[in-house]
Amino acid sequence: MTDKIPVTVLTGYLGAGKTTLLNRILSEPHGFRFAVIVNEFGEIGIDNDLVVSADEEVFEMNNGCLCCTVRGDLIRIIEGLMRRRGKFDAIVVETTGLADPAPVAQTFFVDADVGKAAKLDAVVTVADAKWLRDRLKDAPEAKNQIAFADVILLNKTDLVGPDELLDVEAHVRAINPYARLHRTERCSIPIAEVLGRNAFDLDRILEIEPAFLEKDEHHDHGHGHDHDHHDGCDCGHDHDHGHHHDDHGHGHGLKHYHDEHIQSVSIKTDRPLDPDKFFPWIQKLVAEEGPKILRCKGILSFKDDPDRFVFQGVHMILDGDHQRPWRDDETRDSRLVFIGRELPEKLIRDGVERCFAS
Amino acid sequence: MSDTSAPTNSLVERTRSIDAGGPVVAVGFVGPKGRETAAFALGEETVLLAGDDGTERHVPVHGGGILGAAGDGSRLITGGDDGRVMATAPDGTTTEIAADAKRRWIDNVAVGRDGVVAWSAGKQAFVRTAKGETRTTEVGSTVGGLAFAPKGLRLAIAHYGGASLWFPNAQTAPETLEWKGSHVGVTFSPDGRFLVTSMQEPALHGWRIADGKHMRMSGYATKVKSVSWTADGRELATAGADTLVLWPFHGKDGPMGQQPRLLAPTANLIVAVACHPAQAVTAVGFDNGLVLLVRLEDSAEIVVRHPGGGAVSALAWNAAGTRLGFGTEGGSAGLLAL
Ligand SMILES: [Zn+2]
Ligand SMILES: [Zn+2]
Repeated sequence: MTDKIPVTVLTGYLGAGKTTLLNRILSEPHGFRFAVIVNEFGEIGIDNDLVVSADEEVFEMNNGCLCCTVRGDLIRIIEGLMRRRGKFDAIVVETTGLADPAPVAQTFFVDADVGKAAKLDAVVTVADAKWLRDRLKDAPEAKNQIAFADVILLNKTDLVGPDELLDVEAHVRAINPYARLHRTERCSIPIAEVLGRNAFDLDRILEIEPAFLEKDEHHDHGHGHDHDHHDGCDCGHDHDHGHHHDDHGHGHGLKHYHDEHIQSVSIKTDRPLDPDKFFPWIQKLVAEEGPKILRCKGILSFKDDPDRFVFQGVHMILDGDHQRPWRDDETRDSRLVFIGRELPEKLIRDGVERCFAS
Repeated sequence: MSDTSAPTNSLVERTRSIDAGGPVVAVGFVGPKGRETAAFALGEETVLLAGDDGTERHVPVHGGGILGAAGDGSRLITGGDDGRVMATAPDGTTTEIAADAKRRWIDNVAVGRDGVVAWSAGKQAFVRTAKGETRTTEVGSTVGGLAFAPKGLRLAIAHYGGASLWFPNAQTAPETLEWKGSHVGVTFSPDGRFLVTSMQEPALHGWRIADGKHMRMSGYATKVKSVSWTADGRELATAGADTLVLWPFHGKDGPMGQQPRLLAPTANLIVAVACHPAQAVTAVGFDNGLVLLVRLEDSAEIVVRHPGGGAVSALAWNAAGTRLGFGTEGGSAGLLAL
């Protein structure tokens, strides 16, 4: 079996700079060959015969549930692209500004043929630093795209002042505390920050601590490049992370907002869980509350089980597996994260408590 | 339960292996009856013509991937991601039947009688009539599959939410048979009484055309990617399970309230089926590359091809039923001579 083709999904509200990012991905000399699925033909400035225009057909599954949707056109296009799989290394899907990322993500878990050929790498959302706060008020689509993201580019940072930027970031963090957040101008970012993230790979659900707990969330390193990233820079360029620590606007400087529609629930416990209680509970939870849960993921410690169990989900779809044995130097904590719309926080917290092993 | 390796009767000695050089999308037989050439549509650009005299010829046809193919007896019709509908003759001559103005992918092709050809690009379906005129119609979503009715010039178009029946020579809009969900393939029963679609879910859906009565056919392990009517037209043989599933269509209600026949249970998934054009025999292709012939009266099995080379992705008989062509995702192809 050959490796699955990684698929990166680019989302972002109208005018945020999604196409700029796409053109950057395609034009930089990184050696990757891409097939690109775009929503409007002719917008991209790169000559590539593996550019396919999509109709964004969101199909409901036959179970009558509104959140159980897939992108029908994507199933067809990926199947067609696989005829030429020797011609490209990765797929980038550009969605329209009003698109909901969930049907795109769900397609990779629902359709067996797509799941066999390709794997979702990450949902990357481009947001306009100047206008995002307005869009969060009037465009539920923009909020969804932030909530769903694995990577967020806060773009056009040159159009806002430093205080305003911090305030925008605080609004982003209120909706999605877990995504990797980068500040960019004209979407300038090392490609490794956007591609090859493995955000949906169960083996890579390593750190699910919210970003605002990290000690160095974003550093304004005033050297040669104009992006920001988390601690543990893996963007592959040479720079000194030690400088200018005084004027960082990280963690403790961030205002805390609470979004009235989208919340996250983060649970950490050192009490081992009982798998015979946990699995029925989480299956019932997503079956009943799935429409409200945009994303969930977790690392679990089960009683009398030497292995870590990892899981993730989108709405009603769950995916999980034993990952590897717990190491001796690790704390056997269970950590769960839910991001959603009108999340039933108490129900979730009480539910997890009832799954503790006796 | 019989094991997939169990059948001792074998026709492997009577097959000719062909290295296709790329994944096989479809196979059809073209040329004068009894002396047909096997035409294998490959994943990219090429149609491989394999003559009865042992010749093999790779013919470049498309400037990209080949998305679908259908043989009408004299030519293999292919649709490509280069936006073209092409016809390949047994002598290797290629003719462009149509080129999409916006160079959209040609997702589906189908053939009718007298050289009539249908294809689709996006939500639009096209028919090239015997007189060489092109007609077009549009449905509510991207076309999932096309099939001509056995009589008259009528095309079934599968799409999201059901299937539409269209008379290309009439001015009337297509009539839609509705059923919730995404329909990704379609076929008429040989007597023209029933329409059956395969769905995104592991199920088939059927309508009795006269009154639109519904038939649900479920219980599959995967999407049903291949179906074939038996020679007598009484049953629909289907892939998508680890056993050959045959739905009865001879009664006036079709499979409504009926159970399917289950033959040749195995440990592997059936991904392709092709019924013999005259006898009660179905060729069955598996996801491990195995090809069997299954006799429908007693479920007796004969091996045509041993496992290997990826899942079977193409399977078809010639009109007389004297040749069976097969191909796999891994680029192996072959011909059985009976
Ligand atoms: Zn649902
Ligand atoms: Zn850096």
